Amino acid sequence: MTAWERFADSFFNARVAAEYLPKIIDGFWLTVVLALSIVVSGLAAGLLLALVRSLGVRPLNWLIIFVVDLFRALPPLVIITLLFFGLPAAGMELSGFASTWLALSLVLMAFSEEIFWAGITSVPKGQWEAARSTGLTFLQTLRLVVLPQAIRLTIPPLTNRTIAITKGTALASVVAVQEILGAANAGVSFSFNPTPLTLGALAYLVLFIPVVVFGRWVETRFAWRR
Amino acid sequence: MTRRPIIEAYGIHKHFGQLHVLKGVDLVVAERELVFLIGPSGSGKSTLLRCLNRLEEPSSGTIVVDGIDLLDRRTDINKARQRIGMVFQSFNLFPHMTALGNITLALRKVLGLSRAEAEARGRAALDRVHLSDRADHYPSQLSGGQQQRVAIARAIALEPRVMLFDEPTSALDPELVGGVLAVMRELREDGMTMVVVSHEMGFARAAADRVLFMDNGLVVEEGTPEEIFGAPRHERTRAFISQIERH
Repeated sequence: MTAWERFADSFFNARVAAEYLPKIIDGFWLTVVLALSIVVSGLAAGLLLALVRSLGVRPLNWLIIFVVDLFRALPPLVIITLLFFGLPAAGMELSGFASTWLALSLVLMAFSEEIFWAGITSVPKGQWEAARSTGLTFLQTLRLVVLPQAIRLTIPPLTNRTIAITKGTALASVVAVQEILGAANAGVSFSFNPTPLTLGALAYLVLFIPVVVFGRWVETRFAWRR
Repeated sequence: MTRRPIIEAYGIHKHFGQLHVLKGVDLVVAERELVFLIGPSGSGKSTLLRCLNRLEEPSSGTIVVDGIDLLDRRTDINKARQRIGMVFQSFNLFPHMTALGNITLALRKVLGLSRAEAEARGRAALDRVHLSDRADHYPSQLSGGQQQRVAIARAIALEPRVMLFDEPTSALDPELVGGVLAVMRELREDGMTMVVVSHEMGFARAAADRVLFMDNGLVVEEGTPEEIFGAPRHERTRAFISQIERH
């Protein structure tokens, strides 16, 4: 066997690929479900925290800032393992899937809160004043005037952050979730051949290249109409 | 003045931390009157204006507009503000809405009009500022003067009893000032009560009933435009008038 043949046999082994493709596809869909749940709950929680923060209640804002800084500082893997291996000691069991979902949602919540908040504060004070001077309430002004402008401003950083955090779903392989990486790792252990990892990498590309392209499209779609 | 007062503000004080910006100002404006507030920057004229719709919360004093006690805790300020239109130096149009959208927002969400009713009224307001053909333009597609006229339309569409203007022409290029002043003049001719913070002396001379000169948080002098611009009594008024005349 030449070096090239050895390389091809290791990473592009057709027999191994055919055997483990179904598992990788299962892992693909699991990753999709996990990533979507994280995006929905993380962004919703982040927006909610930013809205609460805009009410300007001091003690509440200190609490929000503390929580946000906490989850921005902790490595996601630490949170996942704490939830998965730590909580059972306190009598609560979370599955690997639930631990990963919760951990990454909290991290996305923390980062997106900061991004939403930056967007809200970057809307000029005059916008608030003009809206309030016509009789709109605080909440109407927030919803109809400030948020639409704030969210446009936040789309690019939010898209980047969301992609970065959803790729963290690969960390779930550490807590025995058979998502793409978990399924690929299992395949490698059983077949003694790294080809399942190649399939895994391809699966990530199939999943995330459209997401990245979508992010680009969203950015142009939300640019100011001029 | 035999007409009944529509704005009655007495003993208005405003502190910003250590800064005492308004030191007991009285302002009574009669219905259909046009009052000009002039004075150096930091004199408190804009702060006084902003107190009149409670964008700024006075530290003490009483303000009654069209019979509504603005500083009474039981007053629904959002309801009161429907009767008090305001126009800002920097226009503050909502950039994500068309000219018509800017105007109909409060008509729909505050007055509760249907979209069709709001749009009919919005188009009528745009017509009054001579911009009917710009209804579907976004603010970024309009000149500064057009933006300010849309902002005026946004305010008058709510049919306010009083209009407040906070330096409406100071952010405009000179050639765009005329159009905004013309619209203000037509409003005045239609009988709108107006309080204007501005240094447009030509406009004040032509249209104002009364000019108040403020300095250092107090009304120093008031009178007709002829009195204030032609024969100011106080030293500080004289110094200020000669300064803005040089520009």
